[in-house]
Amino acid sequence: MKAFTYERASSPEQAAQMVARTPNAKFIAGGTNLLDLMKLEIETPTHLVDVNSLGLDRIEATPDGGLRIGGLVRNTDLAADLRIRRDYPVLSHALLAGASGQLRNAATTGGNLLQRTRCPYFYDTNMPCNKRTPGSGCGAIGGVTRQHAVIGHSDACIATNPSDMAVALRVLDAVVETVQGDGKTRTIPIAEFHRLPGGTPNVETVLAASEMITGVVLPKPLGGVQLYRKVRDRASYAFALVSVAAVIRKDGGSRVALGGVAHRPWRVEAADARLADGARATMAELLADARPQPENAFKVTLAERTLAAVLAQARI
Amino acid sequence: MARVSLQVNGQAHSVDLDTRTTLLDALREYLKLTGTKKGCDHGQCGACTVMIDGRRINSCLTLAVMNEGRRITTIEGLGTPEAMHPMQAAFVKHDGYQCGYCTPGQICSAVAMLDEVKAGVPSHVTADLLAAPDLTPAELRERMSGNICRCAAYSNIVDAITEVAGGTG
Repeated sequence: MKAFTYERASSPEQAAQMVARTPNAKFIAGGTNLLDLMKLEIETPTHLVDVNSLGLDRIEATPDGGLRIGGLVRNTDLAADLRIRRDYPVLSHALLAGASGQLRNAATTGGNLLQRTRCPYFYDTNMPCNKRTPGSGCGAIGGVTRQHAVIGHSDACIATNPSDMAVALRVLDAVVETVQGDGKTRTIPIAEFHRLPGGTPNVETVLAASEMITGVVLPKPLGGVQLYRKVRDRASYAFALVSVAAVIRKDGGSRVALGGVAHRPWRVEAADARLADGARATMAELLADARPQPENAFKVTLAERTLAAVLAQARI
Repeated sequence: MARVSLQVNGQAHSVDLDTRTTLLDALREYLKLTGTKKGCDHGQCGACTVMIDGRRINSCLTLAVMNEGRRITTIEGLGTPEAMHPMQAAFVKHDGYQCGYCTPGQICSAVAMLDEVKAGVPSHVTADLLAAPDLTPAELRERMSGNICRCAAYSNIVDAITEVAGGTG
């Protein structure tokens, strides 16, 4: 691990200022992804700003009937919150489908949104990777591609976003709240938060370097049957091959998003309207532009079958 | 370097550490509490599981300096060979290990996991998110999936935890 200096922030504005004024600085919260990557020298910050004591660990009601989740609410606490379990069960299910009990106890809401890909070529520093070293090429294309993206990718990068939580937030139309070094705050719809790789896969979100996630706002509850189904290589503690987050409502207004297939949670609003016509019709819209790799074409079929299972479960 | 105050098993320690030192390395190399094990060092195996303020975490994925003032409990703080914690005694009784390397992490994880169940934290296999979780073997296996046992003593580990949780074991 490269050497770094360390300081602790006491307010969100101060944390953003600390990162803004120090070159190559990063925020650290749970640290479960960042420290792992620092050990491998994939992340090499020279200064860490600890944001764990900022008081952003509460879940509060918003005036329009939704919830504001503090950026530092731990994944376990979010999944276990009674309001989330009752009114946003797809979010609880998604969180509980990810990682292990130990990791969920440490990982934060903001950190989960910022976790890096699990592409093995990103992790292997002997391999080229445009995400890790811009311009070096992509080791995954033409390599072992079973886990990779089938849609929205580019000639520079075929990595997927590994978050389960983000897929549920996408189907719920959550809004990310941030603060920057100059004290300015802004809100970013989750649909615009993660970028597609294009020619700059190293830029994964629309956040500025010193911009910190202070919270995530959920709109008022959607009701319906809310399900998250994850298909993976073992029954627990593994990243998704494909996952489906769905809100199914008898009166219309159903929604679906996919995980494990793209560089960001994958949702196409036009596909939502096809849910009443079944999994095949929905996928024809949702994955119309899919361009799988030789080894992961199965994901397109698997996504359709997983959605079919979700729709069957929603009818029970 | 940084001077770090750590509260481990009820005792205060003050050590000068490189900021890079993980909590795991601080416990093992500086405080000589070698019960906590280093397996993968990447949060994948659970051998380094300790409790911070009563919650289980991977001590390899947190910096010592981030845990100043927190209440840290390691396997040494749960019990001693003469006065074992009920979970330790149950692991012995049910032969919940073979080589023993993952055992301190398994036991710390299991103790904190039962507290999570008491607090009503659901799991991936909890059918009804609004009902109190039932401690079935499927629930225990899912909740303990962050602790890998290469000797595969899993069925005996499930028996040991079930006994402590008040089941039949």
